[in-house]
Amino acid sequence: MNRHWRTINTVLRRFAATPLATLLTLCVIGIALSLPAGLYLLLSNLNQAVGGLDAEPQISLFLKLDASKNVIRQIETRLKANPGVKSYRFIEREQALKELSASSGLADVTAGLTHNPLPDAYVINTFENDPTLLEKLRAEAASWPGVETAELDSSWARRLDALLGLGRKITLIVAILLSFGLIAGTGNTIRLQILTRQEEIEVSKLIGATDRFIRLPFLYHGALQGLLGALAGWAIISASAYILNGNIAQLASFYSSTFQLELLDPAETTALLAFSALLGWVGAYLAVGHFLRHFHLSHR
Amino acid sequence: MAVLRDLRVLRGYKFLKMISLSQVCKRYPGGLEALKDITFTIETGEMVFVTGHSGAGKSTLLNLIAAIESPSSGSIIVNGQNLSQLRPAAIPFLRRNFGLIFQDHRLLYDRSVFDNVMLPLEITGFDQGEAAKRVRAALDKVGLLGREKTMPIALSGGEQQRLCIARAIVHRPAILLADEPTGNLDSAYASEILEMFKSFNQVGVTVLISTHDERLIERFSARTLRLQHGELLT
Repeated sequence: MNRHWRTINTVLRRFAATPLATLLTLCVIGIALSLPAGLYLLLSNLNQAVGGLDAEPQISLFLKLDASKNVIRQIETRLKANPGVKSYRFIEREQALKELSASSGLADVTAGLTHNPLPDAYVINTFENDPTLLEKLRAEAASWPGVETAELDSSWARRLDALLGLGRKITLIVAILLSFGLIAGTGNTIRLQILTRQEEIEVSKLIGATDRFIRLPFLYHGALQGLLGALAGWAIISASAYILNGNIAQLASFYSSTFQLELLDPAETTALLAFSALLGWVGAYLAVGHFLRHFHLSHR
Repeated sequence: MAVLRDLRVLRGYKFLKMISLSQVCKRYPGGLEALKDITFTIETGEMVFVTGHSGAGKSTLLNLIAAIESPSSGSIIVNGQNLSQLRPAAIPFLRRNFGLIFQDHRLLYDRSVFDNVMLPLEITGFDQGEAAKRVRAALDKVGLLGREKTMPIALSGGEQQRLCIARAIVHRPAILLADEPTGNLDSAYASEILEMFKSFNQVGVTVLISTHDERLIERFSARTLRLQHGELLT
């Protein structure tokens, strides 16, 4: 254990000895990480923002304006009998008008209306999630007497869901590509480190150092570099979120919302740091392994 | 010497021979034959010179014994271990039997005198407090105690050589291998260094020194292996 602390100490002193090179390397790692981590943050925030919206499929039946009580009862019977219908809710036209004028600041407009333009409606929740079956149910309901139109309501929410899914996949691809980039980048900085310490490696081998012994400082170098780079990435994301939050607050106020970008929580931050440290470690391991396989003591 | 003899008996016969070469040849790619059919034995606690003109194969011989190079044919046994049968992972542990002294010192110039001597103990995973004591003892033996914090670049050529010796003896090796240890030194300094080797030898360390300086050898009575064009003269 003692040796590990001393090695970490040595590596940190080497960082401090070349501040500019270290800073540049950490910046590169930080920027590379902030891209996928920032995308992830944006998506999880978006997800939270639209999370309150019902993505469960709904069918709205708008009845004819002249639909009689009798016709409405008939429709209700059909809904009760239909096996695809999970639940339904009747919205009377008067109530719908009241809700409309209350909710969206359209009171002035609705107040000017001479008569209620809204129809009675049923909102149906279904068991089925499959678009073709939903469409079949919608078409069937549309053909019922007294029904003016039937609409699949949730389609926009589902589209958003699909878009978020796409975004997540893009984030994943970017993250994977940049992970390889980080491994390769770390490998390269470690390779340069090895070249400047070749004399030390050679002497150590001559006096009985194992490969493990030679590898250790480089592994710590890679891992610490990854860890500090991830801290830089975290700082970049946090600073960006802080800057964007002013604009977002303004934008949200137009929708009378108090939406704010949430930062990475402690678990996510820890995961980011650990993952980056691991990538650095792997990059260093590959670089030292390659070096040691091709290294032979020179004879003099 | 009586104690040493008892020790040999205690350790068994095979350790009577510390270094043993049998029909060793070393050919380099391109056909250069650096060593031809070399056979000799060095006993535990012996002090031996290897001499010959430059290019006679002295360095190659030392490299073969320290497993830095491997022979083209023949067998080398060091401290009871047959080098050709060693796994690569075992070679570092074999090397810990040696204290290596190089003509060009091979010191690490980015660390202090103390840290240079500390390196072998770090490699063997020595306890820190005990290691520091040993480092000071080794520096004391070569007369560099008090220069611990100096950087090697500030030392004279002779002092650098003595630092190299301190690094070679700090882990108390069974064998000292010195390749032209006096090559760059004036003769007064050279005898001083050889006296040092002699004192290590007197406490039971097997010492093998390569040199082209015949005058030095004359002053020290020790067995001498003479190499000429890769062959051992008898």
